[in-house]
Amino acid sequence: MSDTILELTDVTLAFKGLTAINGLSFSVRRGEICALIGPNGAGKSSLLNILNGVYRPQSGTIVFEGERFHRMEPLKAARRGIGRSFQNNALFSGMSVLDNVIVGLSRRARASLVEEALRLPRARAQEAAFRERARAVLRLLDLESRAGTAVGTLPYGIQKKVELARALVAEPSLLLLDEPLAGMNAREKDEIAALIERLNRELALTIVLIEHDLGIVLRLAHHVVVLDYGRKLADGPPDSIRNDPDVIAAYIGAGPAALAA
Amino acid sequence: MAGLSSRSGAQPLPLVIAPGILVLAAVTALVLAVPFLASEYWVNAIIVPFLILALAGLGLNLLTGFAGQLSLGSGAFMMVGAYATYALQLRVPGLPLPVALLLAGLLAGAAGLLFGLPARRIKGFYLIVSTLAAQFFFEWLFLKVPWFYNGNPSATIALPHGLSVFGLSAENPHGRYWLTLGTVALLTLLSANLVRGQTGRTWTAVRDMDAAAAVVGVQTRSAKLQAFFVSSFVLGIAGALWAFCYLGSASVQSFGLARSYQILFIIILGGLGTIRGAFLGAAFVSLLPLILDWLFQHLLSGHVDEGLRQNIQKAIFGLLIIGFLIKEPEGLARLLACLFAGPSGGRPRRRNLRDLNQETKP
Repeated sequence: MSDTILELTDVTLAFKGLTAINGLSFSVRRGEICALIGPNGAGKSSLLNILNGVYRPQSGTIVFEGERFHRMEPLKAARRGIGRSFQNNALFSGMSVLDNVIVGLSRRARASLVEEALRLPRARAQEAAFRERARAVLRLLDLESRAGTAVGTLPYGIQKKVELARALVAEPSLLLLDEPLAGMNAREKDEIAALIERLNRELALTIVLIEHDLGIVLRLAHHVVVLDYGRKLADGPPDSIRNDPDVIAAYIGAGPAALAA
Repeated sequence: MAGLSSRSGAQPLPLVIAPGILVLAAVTALVLAVPFLASEYWVNAIIVPFLILALAGLGLNLLTGFAGQLSLGSGAFMMVGAYATYALQLRVPGLPLPVALLLAGLLAGAAGLLFGLPARRIKGFYLIVSTLAAQFFFEWLFLKVPWFYNGNPSATIALPHGLSVFGLSAENPHGRYWLTLGTVALLTLLSANLVRGQTGRTWTAVRDMDAAAAVVGVQTRSAKLQAFFVSSFVLGIAGALWAFCYLGSASVQSFGLARSYQILFIIILGGLGTIRGAFLGAAFVSLLPLILDWLFQHLLSGHVDEGLRQNIQKAIFGLLIIGFLIKEPEGLARLLACLFAGPSGGRPRRRNLRDLNQETKP
């Protein structure tokens, strides 16, 4: 197994003349937390969308687990073990929390249509196993009491956790999190940050995340990539980022105090 | 906090299950008593067509209500089922009826699969066009090729010996009732198993947000095709029952575009994405003409022209459909749930600010 789980080379993405990502190259080491930071519109979410195939870059290559992709597709990415949460929750609003999480197990479904319609042993066994696995993940995220609740009725912060559970249940090897702490209060942020740290440490899960709270990012991440206008501004451990003059300039609105936090 | 949240999570379950069992018992008792209580007219003209329309509504609901794919081709897939049953019964001597119905359903499913292929790329109004194409194609096919109606000068299909299975014959009303009831009950059970399992979850995921479904590993394209197949399978069998258990002799006009609309109205009124919605909607559609008749006879002493009555009926349908789409997209199924369990019944109560504050306390 190679030390690098993901490597991007010279990736460019443009929407009708507007270049969102411009000749970007960087790599993610296995087992690290890699944070993507940068001002709004820097191309962070676009980059995650390239990584799991929602967007197709015009040029460049992606190597994931030693396999070279010119273009990824969402389903292909999911089946190869790339999990994802979205900036604006993308849950299935008509379903319960438990059902949302079980959908995350789709790629492991084996029972056929006929087996499901007749509730043959394999369909029943699969259903029981799926419920058990989904409940285990809900327990991990302290969401077990919400299992039967319609997901649309839950507050935003809880929905973010449900989305995380849905991604985790598939046991991804790479987890992409788009602003997992957005819209949370300080206590919830600490809780989720601790959880991300725990998932990374205990499951050796590689995580690429986008986050605006620099204090938490610099504490949590092993590796920070700074984007601005679709270009890579800086790339390295948090300590080198903290003192990088280019980064401070790009974040001038936030001020050096935010970086020092 | 743990105590608080576990209470709110466990609370709704017993409330929902208890009336469910009562309703089931009541329905079973009623269903078994029907042939002994109802007149022949009621069984033939109201109850049997109600059951078949409910089955057709269930078929479309699997596709539209659960998987979110709009279709105006229900009539076409019913037609395929009816004509396939006719061809099989006529040309394969000794083929048992259940096998013929199963094969007819599979053929209708295949037709649905074919016309559902564009759903892999398009949705909404564009998909309606593809399903309309099915409607027009099969109307043309079954009229144009005499083989399908055995060269009958009136271009209709009728089984001379009727349908019969396990000693139940479609020659007599009780036989028709039991045959229809058995088929509807069996297919309803199988459909309920599907929508409660992983198949139903992937369909609903595709309906709610197909882009996110793909990202979490759902094969969205095959889920859509699967929904087209299963839906058309159920519609095909409903079509065969409609032709030979209710009408007796059928033609392409029995499964025209008006039929497709009727099935769609049934699920909009009854409730999209629920099993019982199809039954409630079909009951409504079957009973409304009777209620209107009764009203006119009592309020206007029957002085209403038949044509006018039908137009009034259409106007009422139209108004109700607009009303339901705006106010209660979950239809009669949701209204009934509210009636039985209070205003917050069926669905978990929406949280208010106070709950949120309590939850965020350490």
